[in-house]
Amino acid sequence: MSERRNRWRWNAGLVIGLALLSVVAIIAIVAPMLFSDAANIMGDRSQRPSGEHLLGTDAAGHDLLLRSLVATRLTLLMTVGAAAISVLGGIALGVSVWGLPARGREVALRAIDAIVAFPGLLLALVVAAILGAGGSSAVVAIGLSGIPYFARLTANLSAKIAQQEYVATARLMGVGPFTVSVRHMLPNMAEPLLVLAASNFASSLTAISALSFVGLGVQSPQYDWGKLLNEAIPSLLSGKAYEMVGPAALIIVTGLSAILIGDGLAAAANPNARSRRAPKATSHAPLPAVAPSSDALLRVRNLRVSFQGKEIVKGVSFDVARGEIVGIVGESGSGKTLTAMSVAQLLPENLQLTADELALGDIDLRSRAADRDVVHSMSMIYQDPGSTFNPSLKMGQQLTQVLTQHFGMAAGAAKKTMREAFEKVRMTEPDRRLRQYPYELSGGMRQRAMIASALATRPKLIVADEATTALDVTVQADILRELVGLNRELGASVMFISHDIGVVRELCDRVVVMYHGEVMEVLAADDLTVERATHDYTRKLLAATPELAIDWETVGEEHAR
Amino acid sequence: MTSPPITQILPPPQTTVAPAEPPRRSAWGRFIASPWASFLLRRAISLVAMFFALLIVAFLIVQLIPGDPAVAIAGSNATTVEIEALRTSLGLDLPLWQQFVGFVGGVFTGDLGTSFMYGQPVATIIQSRVPFTLALAAAAIVLSLVIAVPLGIVVGVATRAGKRSWLDATFGAVTGFIDSVPGYIMATVLVVLFGYGVGVLEIVPPAFSARMPVASYVLPVVALAIGPVCTVARVVRREMNVVLEQDYMRTARGWRLPAARRYLGWALPNLLTSTLTLSGLVLTGMVGGAIIIETVFAIPGLGTGIIRAILDRDYPVIQGLVLVIGMMAALVNLLVDVILGIADPRTLGGHHE
Repeated sequence: MSERRNRWRWNAGLVIGLALLSVVAIIAIVAPMLFSDAANIMGDRSQRPSGEHLLGTDAAGHDLLLRSLVATRLTLLMTVGAAAISVLGGIALGVSVWGLPARGREVALRAIDAIVAFPGLLLALVVAAILGAGGSSAVVAIGLSGIPYFARLTANLSAKIAQQEYVATARLMGVGPFTVSVRHMLPNMAEPLLVLAASNFASSLTAISALSFVGLGVQSPQYDWGKLLNEAIPSLLSGKAYEMVGPAALIIVTGLSAILIGDGLAAAANPNARSRRAPKATSHAPLPAVAPSSDALLRVRNLRVSFQGKEIVKGVSFDVARGEIVGIVGESGSGKTLTAMSVAQLLPENLQLTADELALGDIDLRSRAADRDVVHSMSMIYQDPGSTFNPSLKMGQQLTQVLTQHFGMAAGAAKKTMREAFEKVRMTEPDRRLRQYPYELSGGMRQRAMIASALATRPKLIVADEATTALDVTVQADILRELVGLNRELGASVMFISHDIGVVRELCDRVVVMYHGEVMEVLAADDLTVERATHDYTRKLLAATPELAIDWETVGEEHAR
Repeated sequence: MTSPPITQILPPPQTTVAPAEPPRRSAWGRFIASPWASFLLRRAISLVAMFFALLIVAFLIVQLIPGDPAVAIAGSNATTVEIEALRTSLGLDLPLWQQFVGFVGGVFTGDLGTSFMYGQPVATIIQSRVPFTLALAAAAIVLSLVIAVPLGIVVGVATRAGKRSWLDATFGAVTGFIDSVPGYIMATVLVVLFGYGVGVLEIVPPAFSARMPVASYVLPVVALAIGPVCTVARVVRREMNVVLEQDYMRTARGWRLPAARRYLGWALPNLLTSTLTLSGLVLTGMVGGAIIIETVFAIPGLGTGIIRAILDRDYPVIQGLVLVIGMMAALVNLLVDVILGIADPRTLGGHHE
């Protein structure tokens, strides 16, 4: 708990909100004592604002400023009453739902959901219809109508906390549901509940005032802010708006203070939630004109990537020749994915990149190269096939876009091309797959689809970032085979990023070993053994990597059946 | 460069066997097999359940009046004879279940009773009032979505990955402020600003049951929509920020799809689910908001109707209007879910949070 207190941060919203609410509260206490008689004096009627009556007078000749101030007490008391009913009733209902057996809980939550789907005001009007118009019935009406929503929020919070281990432990130890609720659940919900209660106060104020405003709340001779607004409607429609100013301003200020307090509490309790300021994009330093260092397809020289001035990739250099498969290995955090993303020009926008050379054929990847050229030369295969496809679009819809956009194909031709590509990567039922959503396909299917997309665009370089990591072993073998198929059929080079030493050794021609953003060594794949590696780190990495002896051939065949 | 190890482990490429075409089905057969059939069936059942729940609520309004309903309805200066006559004529002397059966039977034959105040059938009163509220709520709902969604997208794109913190702060402050101003106060502000300030918009509504000129709807619709616009725009902006961080947006960038396609074709469908789910509450809330806004502009709709009826203790009218307004809210809910189902078929399975 002490750690929590340390995290507490006062913020401007919270301070302003508390200050405003304190002023309103003082008005609520003091104004009726000082002005309640003066507010009932009837002087000149319907006076415009003047030195004597700062906000003018109403149709009965009351001073509107005094009446607005005096009304503060009744309004706040009613709001507090209604909010208390909503909050306490909501917490009681929300927590006790969680004490029910699973089946009853389901039914209860559905019932609450159904009620929440109706406008709260309708519920309040039903209660008001039963109890009749009046101040206290308005409090009950607004209070009751707020219960379902607050109960739903409490139930959501309870659901999260009920899954915590200490609650389960308490249950196992035979602590009754009531005690569990009061001892364990409520204290842990206190913070979010307080935030929700503040916003409930704001909405109760609005709703109570609304009922008085339409004439269903406080009745004459009593008056709250809503009632004052109600009395001002006739004059508003006849062109005299000033009667509204006092109560309207007070409602807005009070509601705003409650919202500021709610947001402020939330921010104070969880300072991390605030969005971090993005670093200013630094302009790239002028690059020295370096002649192409080799005739390799992909040339990377002194690639550096930094975040907020801190370098993460520290001068990486390597080449990928035409038709070659180059592996990049290293533990997580070694910078291998950032290197891949630099090549693909897909670095997050808040990272800065510099390089002496970063070129694919004759495309300079340091500058914003023409989209068409890049797409025609390079394809990506990403790590997690579960998230690389847009969940809201059908496979065909997404995969054909690159073809219609950059390859000048009509929709029909693009679909035909993708269908052929699906067949080439041995996708079952290609027509149906194109009509399906990503979630209807298995991980292996989705990764095949990504490879099919690469096949359709006939790139010179394929950047595969952990393309098989998220898949199980049998599917991995399939995907690797398709990747090699691409390599051989298109003569495409492959940059294969992986932490799986065994796969890299089998698949690649050469291997780049990375550690802490630097290249440790570049060696032939066959030399990627403890005995033959030259660099100390490579040997350690190899020694630390347990390897399964996988017979790729049989694995693949079993799966193919 | 070749890779000998792999060539050896690879089995020879297999020829693809064309899968059997699925049997052709009629349109009806396809519909039954689609998730829509069970979705619509489920929603139809829940709509019927809601209607019955509303029937019970409407029925209970009279039963739950504290004390003797007959006395309360007849008023404080009624004689005992008058009260008893009223009790018999309203059927309040019958057993509860008979009263309920009578009430439900009446509703299903279109007989919602007769207004105590006006002596008119309740159905007639509702008929004359529905168009005003329907027009107001529908226009406000459409307007708020049409404005809020693009606004949220633009701000979401502009503030992605923590960019333009000044815009982030300004947008948050302005929408937060407007959102915290109750609709009825916003309405009065609008009347002051545009009603007689500029004088172009008619603010005095026409007599009851006359057709309202379109211009008279402008201020009420804006007053009703402006709060929800801010709420929905904030939701869209937040969701846009989240969606833009997703892996599939990187895929679209990898394919070098142009910005318009990425944001509208790629990101937008993913916003719709969460936006519509959250806006569902906001939009049904607007049915409630319309009740209050009608009072400001003296629009003779369902809202002014139910408030008048509560003040008059005109119970048959109250009961009828509770049913109608409740069903309007339920239909808005259904509409949101249908749009949701079209935008994202995954939600058809139910249990979407």
